[in-house]
Amino acid sequence: MSALRRKLLRQFWSLRGQALAIGVVIAGGLAMLIMSLSSLDSLTQTRDAYYRDYRFADVFATLKRAPESLRESIAAIPGVQQLETRVVAAVNLDIPDFGDPAKGMILSLPDGRNALLNSLHLRKGRLPEPWRDREIVINDAFAEAHGFVPGDRLAAIINGRWQELEIVGIGLSPEFIYHVSPGDLFPDFARFGIFWMNRSALSAAYDMDGAFNDVVLTLTRDARAGDVIDRLDLLLAPYGGQGAIARDDQLSHRYLDVELDQLRMMATVFPVIFLGVAAFLLNVVLNRLIGNERDQIAILKAFGYGNLEVGWHYLQLVLMISMLGLVIGTGLGVWFGQMLAELYQRFFRFPFIDFQVRPYVYSTGVLVTLGAATLGTLSAVARAVRLPPAEAMRPEPPPVFRATLAERLGLQRWFSQPTRMILRSIERRPLKAMLSMIGIAFACGILMVGRFQEGAIDYLISAQFNLAQRDDLMVTFTEPTSVRVLQELAALPGVWAVEGHRGAPAIVRFGNAHYRTALQGLEPDGTLRRLLDDELKLQPLPAEGVLLNDFLADYLGAARGDLVTVEFLDGRREVREVPVAGVVREFTGVAAYMTLESLNRLTGDGTAVTGAHLAVDARHRDEVVAILKDVPRVAGVSDRYTAISNFYESMADIVLTFAFIGTLLGASIAVGVVYNSARIALTERSRELASLRVLGFTRGEISYILLGELALLTLLAIPLGFLIGLGLIAYIIQGVESDLYRIPLVVGTSVYALAAGVVLVASALSGIIVARRLYNLDLVAVLKTRE
Amino acid sequence: MNEPASIRRRDTDEEVVFRARGLTKVYRMGEVEVHALRGVDLDLYRGEFVVLLGPSGSGKSTLLNILGGLDAPTAGEVICAGRDLVRISERELTQFRRHYVGFVFQFYNLIPSLTARENVAVVTEISTSPMAPEEALEMVGLKERMDHFPAQLSGGEQQRVAIARAVAKRPQVLLCDEPTGALDSKTGIIVLEVLERVNRELGTTTAVITHNAGIAAMADRVIHFSDGRIGQVETNEQRVSPQELHW
Repeated sequence: MSALRRKLLRQFWSLRGQALAIGVVIAGGLAMLIMSLSSLDSLTQTRDAYYRDYRFADVFATLKRAPESLRESIAAIPGVQQLETRVVAAVNLDIPDFGDPAKGMILSLPDGRNALLNSLHLRKGRLPEPWRDREIVINDAFAEAHGFVPGDRLAAIINGRWQELEIVGIGLSPEFIYHVSPGDLFPDFARFGIFWMNRSALSAAYDMDGAFNDVVLTLTRDARAGDVIDRLDLLLAPYGGQGAIARDDQLSHRYLDVELDQLRMMATVFPVIFLGVAAFLLNVVLNRLIGNERDQIAILKAFGYGNLEVGWHYLQLVLMISMLGLVIGTGLGVWFGQMLAELYQRFFRFPFIDFQVRPYVYSTGVLVTLGAATLGTLSAVARAVRLPPAEAMRPEPPPVFRATLAERLGLQRWFSQPTRMILRSIERRPLKAMLSMIGIAFACGILMVGRFQEGAIDYLISAQFNLAQRDDLMVTFTEPTSVRVLQELAALPGVWAVEGHRGAPAIVRFGNAHYRTALQGLEPDGTLRRLLDDELKLQPLPAEGVLLNDFLADYLGAARGDLVTVEFLDGRREVREVPVAGVVREFTGVAAYMTLESLNRLTGDGTAVTGAHLAVDARHRDEVVAILKDVPRVAGVSDRYTAISNFYESMADIVLTFAFIGTLLGASIAVGVVYNSARIALTERSRELASLRVLGFTRGEISYILLGELALLTLLAIPLGFLIGLGLIAYIIQGVESDLYRIPLVVGTSVYALAAGVVLVASALSGIIVARRLYNLDLVAVLKTRE
Repeated sequence: MNEPASIRRRDTDEEVVFRARGLTKVYRMGEVEVHALRGVDLDLYRGEFVVLLGPSGSGKSTLLNILGGLDAPTAGEVICAGRDLVRISERELTQFRRHYVGFVFQFYNLIPSLTARENVAVVTEISTSPMAPEEALEMVGLKERMDHFPAQLSGGEQQRVAIARAVAKRPQVLLCDEPTGALDSKTGIIVLEVLERVNRELGTTTAVITHNAGIAAMADRVIHFSDGRIGQVETNEQRVSPQELHW
């Protein structure tokens, strides 16, 4: 081993504390990079393979009822490659030993075989045999939630008839990688099931012999989805077509896309922050080291080492520290990735998730890390390269200080000498102080990002379920029904309030923009379903006109006073112009609201409701649910309370995982910055501090001088960190904002407190570790040597 | 009782400030044991100016560090103000340094981020009845330059700031380790004048370490060191003023 190499190794060893602190920051960035890139990669690969192998459709259309003969006309649309007609129905479930209301969706399978498009992947059991009209396949998440295995039975109210069904298989389909019950926020596997049964059996139950109410199709390579959809909509309109959608708008696909976007964002934002901080720390450490080793650099050069050899010597040290980060970060990244993959497997139902870290992910990580480290230290290395040997022989010129701005303004009488030392040291190198502060501030910001979700979700839930949606049960009918049904519901035991509502599928147009949604008709003075403005104050329903939710208003570019066009997709398919009466705040979905009365008048088909909100005495809840299961007209019942608790249950793990990762990463930055700054301050000032000890200063007093600067920077960094945290959170929220859900920018006090607390504790611990070295300061030695 | 020659002074009834007995100090430098002090007995009296003279490595700095509470002897005792410095806690040693001793070092050891005045103030702020920093600086002839930072002062000026810093708290004893070692003779003499003035005007017991025999003539007593022991002790009947020194 060459002498220089040996020097390098010893130097690395003597810098091990700082190297580790920087390595951990690098590791944080790399871990996020590897986690998000590998998850992005694995999810994309798995999804694409799943779509391909199970022939996921490109276009989806729902209609009321069309004869099978229409199939030929659809197949003839240019660009259609394969198509499959289906019968799809919503059902109410009756699950043995399960008191909560549960709903389901039944899809037809061609008798005795798998679907041509959106084929089933069977996990267990088999497909229904031809002519067996009680056999069903259920989706695996539902089976898991209830512990169902092939051979078990459950009952469903199919078109008003209670029917016992036998589970013969457990499977999943690319159509339902992510599936939520309509109107729900998050998956509730126990209360929403997806079933497949033979087409003949399902058609018989729904009076769909020789007919269909759903069609899916794939496109030829050169076809344009928009064109095909336009033709398809024309064909289906007479049969109650509700507007076809392309794959991009399909719910499961959309959710997955939003998730992938989020991963893409994580793969850039966080690594940039972490590697930026690491580059800064490396720069500071290397600059100090080269300052201390001027005489050694001079001697090396005097004895004939070239400038580049000296430069390479120091660069190698940077690379060694980076390698440390690479090793830790890669391990952490794979671990985080697996943790995330496990979470994904719970929410995104794939036959398997092929979680793997492909070589390009590693090589990207290595390149980005080494690039950032080299870039960050280039100026310091260049300094070593350029240092002329003769100059390097002389000691580093003494640092030049001057009175700080505050002192020049005449405030110095407020400051003790130690405080002046602190202030002047900051002002002498303002850039370094500022970058340290920004580094600590980012730690604070990242801690906030890791923790904000819980509060935001609490806010969302409280807005959604305490202020807006206050019913105990929501009943959906199979079709528009006379308002008389409301009296029947009111007569059920324990029901003390009933409010009818109507959803009418429609396209809302304004200018060039249009959106397919459902117009919701509500009772004007209802208390169970209410609307809120952006300050979450109650927004009464106007007698005339429509209220758009904020997402729809933004999307259309429509504001109060504008006239929007509403094309109803149901019934008489009326087209109407309606004034916008206001905008309401909602965190999920896209909707427009008006009074039940005006909606009925607009659709022109008399007074009808499609569902009702119920307030039920808790003691009678189970009884009411049981009764409703047997009511033919009831397509489903949802239960607000179980929805919330279930939601919290399923979110708990996600929130914990992110909080854990966020805390780990945020704290690592705080420790990295504070520990390194303190170590460097110690190197630079040990002589000064020892002199003060000799002059009679206590250890506490010199610790104040050493750490006061960092304490001050940390305290200043925290408010800045709050701003950075808010900015990051806003950026993330904006990135995931979609028609599906919007996360409110609400950051609770506890988030601020916790972020500040972790930063303070991490800083204090780093400070204490360094301050302990002050106890071993060699007072005698420091007096002997010249600076 | 027969006292050793090394601790005898002109008038034995004068007040003893430091009383060291049987001081030994052994360092381990790797495999080697270095005997820096081999049994030193010494008394320092109030108001006297002592020069400790000896070649480098003779143990004089070690003695000074022990007297100043910076280092502990391997054996022996040092009594000052009724307490044995060898047996008191680290905290008490800090207090001892804070209130009783002024140090002047070869390399000044000023705080670069503080001006001359503040370098003095850093000590007066923690003392009980100090003189004003300005007064201390005036005494060393630097009143005009007291708002300069160390980087703006010459070596001699920096050393005078260091002396001002050492005496501003009115210490019982001023310990100077090669105070002129880094200075040329002209500047060195100015510094010695300051030390002499402090000793004369404030009556501060002053011990100056040097290997420069030329300085010895300005002392009350000259203690010769060699090989960790006190060799001979000379008493000058007449102190020579620094201007008349030459080396």
